[in-house]
Amino acid sequence: MFLWFHKFASPPHFYRIAGKWIPWLTALLLLLLVTGLYGGLVLAPPDYQQGDSYRIIFIHVPAAWMSLFIYVAMAFCGIVVIVWRMKLAEVVLICSAPIGASFTFLALATGSIWGKPMWGTWWVWDARLTSELILLFLYLGVIGLHNAIEDKRIAARAVAILAIVGVINVPIIHYSVEWWNSLHQGPTVTKFDKPSIHWSMLIPLLLMALAFQVYYVLALFQSCRGELLKRERNSKWVAELNGGDDV
Amino acid sequence: MKRYSLTQAFHYLLKRDLTLSFRNRAEFANPLLFFILVITLFPLAIGAEPVLLSRIAPGIIWVAALLAAMLSLDSIFRSDFDDGSLEQLLLSAHPMPVLVLAKVTAHWFVTGLPLLLVSPVLAVMLGMPSEAQGTLLLTILIGTPILSLIGSIGVALTVGLPKGGIILSLLILPLYVPVLIFASSAIEGAAGGLDVSAQLYMLLSFLFLAVSLSPLATAAALKISMN
Repeated sequence: MFLWFHKFASPPHFYRIAGKWIPWLTALLLLLLVTGLYGGLVLAPPDYQQGDSYRIIFIHVPAAWMSLFIYVAMAFCGIVVIVWRMKLAEVVLICSAPIGASFTFLALATGSIWGKPMWGTWWVWDARLTSELILLFLYLGVIGLHNAIEDKRIAARAVAILAIVGVINVPIIHYSVEWWNSLHQGPTVTKFDKPSIHWSMLIPLLLMALAFQVYYVLALFQSCRGELLKRERNSKWVAELNGGDDV
Repeated sequence: MKRYSLTQAFHYLLKRDLTLSFRNRAEFANPLLFFILVITLFPLAIGAEPVLLSRIAPGIIWVAALLAAMLSLDSIFRSDFDDGSLEQLLLSAHPMPVLVLAKVTAHWFVTGLPLLLVSPVLAVMLGMPSEAQGTLLLTILIGTPILSLIGSIGVALTVGLPKGGIILSLLILPLYVPVLIFASSAIEGAAGGLDVSAQLYMLLSFLFLAVSLSPLATAAALKISMN
């Protein structure tokens, strides 16, 4: 098992396998996206309170889930980087950050668009919004640190430490912010009661969440392939890809 | 060659860092002046209305403390990095996290403690009610070491970089959020006559968490930066 993993994680092997998976993942993504969006935008009934504008939930909630998921995935890669110094984990860690930051931004932007008709304002200093915003800063910190360090292998390890420190802090920040908000003002905005969501809305929501997961893997594979080529440009297997000439 | 015990090493390193910073007065005068200046700017910007000022005083003091702590962070490892003594520390037989803790403690004595001494004066100037004074001191006493400890991770990650200072704020200010929230809400609660032991206990627990975990992260980060 570990041997297999070791083989899979070697850069040339990953490069080849990821290349093979990309068309399949694209097809799967399109399938999920189309059914999810059709279910969400056409089949699901309008909400009895929010009318049709609640439908942004099918983008907003999966994006928010992904923003947290990717950060945890990065911290996991961080541990692998620190403990085993695996090259592939370094690349996955680095390439995840912009994707995670985009999902976080997407969650914030759609939340703000949703907030305007529902709460009557673009932005509320609500606990969830605020901790999502701080999460965005954490992502930007990771990207900034990686860009600032010349040697990319050192950069990856520095970023790994930052991601691990961050993941310990994310729950603390989240609960502090929640506590802060509940102290300052009562809940002036009523939210969706999640468990009571109807299945006709839940199924498209889950499909969209799955689609976003697939998108993450797809985007990750593509940017990892690029990053691997860049890092290993002087190695033999990259030269072979170019038809055997030494670059 | 004489071998020192871990406690001795901690002690000597602390003493060395304190001596160095007392010889270079600017190191502790600058963050303190910055702290006072930032607080002075607020009444000028938002108006000197006493009711408003006393309401936002806890927030102002804590945001200023956060910024002052951040400004001074770079000095924890900078000079040692430049003259190579950081490398010697990493090579020493003693565990690096303990040595890091000594350096951070010295840094706190130089930058955190002065804030503790001037903040009551500033609080009076901002019209903070006297019931909140004790809580303000407590939050500064518990909170500023956390700032130094968490900040040391960020400094350790950026110490080798030519423009580390700019990225440092992006790395650590988000991590300061919980301290800011609990400290300012404790002061605000005390000003309103509420029981604030919950906030103080939370701050204390952050402090213990930071003391036990952050030196490990800082030591690991230093090893990476010194590569």
